[in-house]
Amino acid sequence: MFMAFCLNAFGQEKIEINENDYQNSGVEMADVMRSEGKIYVLVGIIGIVLSGILVYVISTDRKVARLEKAMKED
Amino acid sequence: MKSYWWKILTVALLAFTLTAGLLLDVPRLPILNETIRALHFHVTMWFGMILMLMVAVVYSVKFLRSNDLKHDDMAVEFTNAAILFGVLGIVTGMLWAKFTWGDYWSGDPKQNASAIGLLMYFAYLILRNSLTDVHQRARIGAVYNIFAFAAFIPLIFVLPRLTDSLHPGNGGNPGFNAYDLDSKLRMVFYPAIIAWTLLGTWISTIRVRLRRIERKFEDKLINQVS
Repeated sequence: MFMAFCLNAFGQEKIEINENDYQNSGVEMADVMRSEGKIYVLVGIIGIVLSGILVYVISTDRKVARLEKAMKED
Repeated sequence: MKSYWWKILTVALLAFTLTAGLLLDVPRLPILNETIRALHFHVTMWFGMILMLMVAVVYSVKFLRSNDLKHDDMAVEFTNAAILFGVLGIVTGMLWAKFTWGDYWSGDPKQNASAIGLLMYFAYLILRNSLTDVHQRARIGAVYNIFAFAAFIPLIFVLPRLTDSLHPGNGGNPGFNAYDLDSKLRMVFYPAIIAWTLLGTWISTIRVRLRRIERKFEDKLINQVS
């Protein structure tokens, strides 16, 4: 009974993240990718995609601004 | 719309989100592994969606008070961008779930609730398009928008917490602030929310401006005929 209560209480507790979690090499992470520098390739690829979208948004913004100006003139 | 400083801020914050979100150290947690970084890309979609829906509700109220169609433009376009974010949120969530919970769709209460929420907002768009009179459309749309938001919030924030859910912070799962409490994650997470929300705002405002030009153009055509 007491045991069950303890387990229950434990289940509700928040798991805190501490410094050890950053050092825990038992958990697999993209370490190989990082050590070979390939992660930067990924950052570059996503960066290109994002900047492409942003250029598109900016050019649409300008197009609209031009239309607004033309509308005001006549 | 003359000031554009916030657009520069958007680009800067997005660049920061991307680089810091992918490169900074993250806690090494089992099962999650590197996918913990999705915090900056998946979770922020929902935060952005809710912030934009709030803006839409404010403008819906403004429309009902003033009957000015320019407020309706804002309400629709912010809802549109919010729906886009919601769809992206649910798709990215499915991909993330496949590799951490084992399935694209596990019928998790929060997954189901957010799907229902999205359907409610799809219905909003269909409702609007089924009405031909612009004032009637704006009026009914505004009322629906307010009620949809009032139903959406308990649907995704309250109800999943009352049952068991795989999402952190629900049922017996540790609260989301377990990750949130981690200052290194928070340092990217908060700017990321602002970045994505600003991007959504940017897209919304461009489409609002287009709508207004269109209306002006139509008015001009009508005036020429008469």
